[in-house]
Amino acid sequence: MSEITEESVRAEVRAWLAENWDASLSLIDWRNRLIDSGWGMPHWPKQWYGRDLPVGMAAIVEEEIERAGAIGVAKTGIRPLAAATILVHGTDYQKEKYLRPNLTGEHAWCQLFSEPGSGSDLAGAATKAELKGNKWVINGQKVWTTSAHVADYGLLLARTNVDEVKHKGLAYFIIDMKQPGVEVVPLRQMNGHASFNQVFLTNAEVPPEEMVEQEGEGWKIATTTLMHERRGADSLKRYQKPKDLPERIYQEEAEEIRVALEPYTWYPQRAGRVDLIVERARETGTDHDPVIRQEIAKVLILSQCAEWTARRARAAQQEGRPQGPEGSLGKLASSYVAKAANNVHTMISGADAMLTGEDSPMGGVIAEVLVSTPAISIAGGTDEIQKNIIAERVLKMPKEPRTDTDRPFKDVPKNLVS
Amino acid sequence: MKFSFSDEQQAFRESIRRFLADKSPTTEVRRLMETDEGCDRAVWRQLSQELGLTGIAIPEAYGGQGFGINELAIALEEAGRALLCAPLFASGVMAATAILKGATGAQKQALLPAIASGETVATLAIAEDAGRWEASAIEMMATSSGDAFRLNGTKSFVLDGHSADQILVAARTGGAGGDADGVSLFRVSGDADGLNKKLLKSTDPTRKLARLTFDNVEAELIGTKGAAAAPLRDTLDIAAICLANEMVGGAERLLESAIEYANMRVQFGRPIGSFQSLKHKAADMLLDVELAKSAAYYAAAAVDEGDDDITALASISKSAAADAYMQTAIHTVQIHGGIGFTWDNDTHLWYKRAKSSEVFLGTSAQHRERLMQQTIV
Repeated sequence: MSEITEESVRAEVRAWLAENWDASLSLIDWRNRLIDSGWGMPHWPKQWYGRDLPVGMAAIVEEEIERAGAIGVAKTGIRPLAAATILVHGTDYQKEKYLRPNLTGEHAWCQLFSEPGSGSDLAGAATKAELKGNKWVINGQKVWTTSAHVADYGLLLARTNVDEVKHKGLAYFIIDMKQPGVEVVPLRQMNGHASFNQVFLTNAEVPPEEMVEQEGEGWKIATTTLMHERRGADSLKRYQKPKDLPERIYQEEAEEIRVALEPYTWYPQRAGRVDLIVERARETGTDHDPVIRQEIAKVLILSQCAEWTARRARAAQQEGRPQGPEGSLGKLASSYVAKAANNVHTMISGADAMLTGEDSPMGGVIAEVLVSTPAISIAGGTDEIQKNIIAERVLKMPKEPRTDTDRPFKDVPKNLVS
Repeated sequence: MKFSFSDEQQAFRESIRRFLADKSPTTEVRRLMETDEGCDRAVWRQLSQELGLTGIAIPEAYGGQGFGINELAIALEEAGRALLCAPLFASGVMAATAILKGATGAQKQALLPAIASGETVATLAIAEDAGRWEASAIEMMATSSGDAFRLNGTKSFVLDGHSADQILVAARTGGAGGDADGVSLFRVSGDADGLNKKLLKSTDPTRKLARLTFDNVEAELIGTKGAAAAPLRDTLDIAAICLANEMVGGAERLLESAIEYANMRVQFGRPIGSFQSLKHKAADMLLDVELAKSAAYYAAAAVDEGDDDITALASISKSAAADAYMQTAIHTVQIHGGIGFTWDNDTHLWYKRAKSSEVFLGTSAQHRERLMQQTIV
């Protein structure tokens, strides 16, 4: 067998695409053809729709698919997390049932981890799973569930044993979202959007073959999902631009992207819109106010320093050098940038900061900044959790004594409503 | 733009760190800060001649090492970390840069080799009693009689001005206070007649500052008459960037001492570093220091790459580093608690350097305004 190189992979996938890419197919028909060839997930095993190529080659193949104007497998929303988790931990039955429709985009997924009583402390999940007859019966509430209203299946973290310590009493299930015991209610945020859902589970049922691995392994499997979530944190960018072409297959892809991105329309505002500050100062004449000039300069300096720090971290990674502390600081830095930008936008807008929607600056964009930035200090790990991580992992400060890991979960103090 | 240091630069940093760990422990810092000269001559000779630090960014043609601001910045970061007591900043940064930017070829040839070798200690006098480091703030007048110039007036906050062998002085040959134009650069010998040098009592005793009064002091014109505004601006930009690098070195040292103490000190039966209140403070300190480092490194590299925005980058890096250094120093005293407020504890040495650096070459507020003039006009 000849050696696998970037060039050989490029040549091979190009030849296959030249032969097989067909814009007149339906999106699902095309993706099935792609999946059968192994080029959809080239770094996956041959047995499961892949070609056993090194992980690094996946990006090369993706580039070639892009270059050919073709479409890859479905990667929006929670799909890649579900696929990666099932590939690693799932049974053959689960792989057979879920992997292909995940990759074609026929199945949409959501992640049922966070609960009203366990946010930062994810392993404190209290949703109950009880084996009754030959079904697991699920009762509890999940929250912050993106796209639950369109999901066919959910990745569910639930507790099967309260006599175990908390990390050991959890199991990981695949739950059918389209059943009477699952009620999805939009969760309206303080900025008026409803990007997430609450999911009420009331005697919802899961057949035993839908448990991933065994009882007690739930936390370990959730960690796999979370690791892929962090790794793909910026993959949102990858599918932000649907191709504006007339063929049905492109229209179908554009719709899939639109549905997946709908919850994120306000995310640029959440980050503070530093890019608008100078323009807004000029148009309001506040660019001559010495106090506001100071505050503008502070934000510009902070966000510029954060950008350079991120580039230092990337440079270390690319050169294969051990990453310094700069790699762990990005999320906290963006949180501070957003807060400072909110403050400056308020000073620049003055009384207009009391208004929203079409009555307010830039048709409501600034108003949306002013009520969206708190989210960035919470989502994906609060600032406080980030600081604990930085202090303990980077600065090697001692951990706090814990009172929740040395006793059965049932004896751990909990929220009254959870 | 590169966002990392080369293996050679890392090795260079490590060699300076080892040298300074040996030659500039806090016992030495404490000894030298009590002296008027504020420098150990043997160490100065070694660091200029053996390590070549004074001439690191001076071209080889003028007796220097021929490296860039990147390497000079590395040396300064390490000097800031070790709180080195020596006229490296005055001579190797301020005077050398002013000469490189403003002098004629013959003058560079005459002045730079002795600065590079450390035989001559030079400094640059810009600020006056108003304490402003910019050409437009200069009021001191130079009068000419034939080829010779005479200086009358006062310069203050002159780094190592009491001990320097050569003093570069910015003074007016035209225009009036408020104009950037009409400023020229001069060289005055440290032992010139009519020059009165007073060592000021500085809060940071490791940074020696002098007030110089000029009574008809003979001076040599450096470069072109009336054209010093641009070279002075370039010099002050580079000096601000170098100072930023010096500051982040000190800030990182403070952070390390704070964490070491927090992890060792026990109260309520636990190391105080296990309390979240301290962890969160420490995480903020690390963020401040790393962000400031990024700006300081970027700005230094940008000088060597001939970036057009050096003035803006100087102000960004100076204000980011000054704010980070001061905040880190305040937190470091706080984390040490009562012991941190004592003379015996070393924290105050860096605290005072942070305080002094906060205003030296312009406050953060001044630099932010300067940035706005570049960004928004």
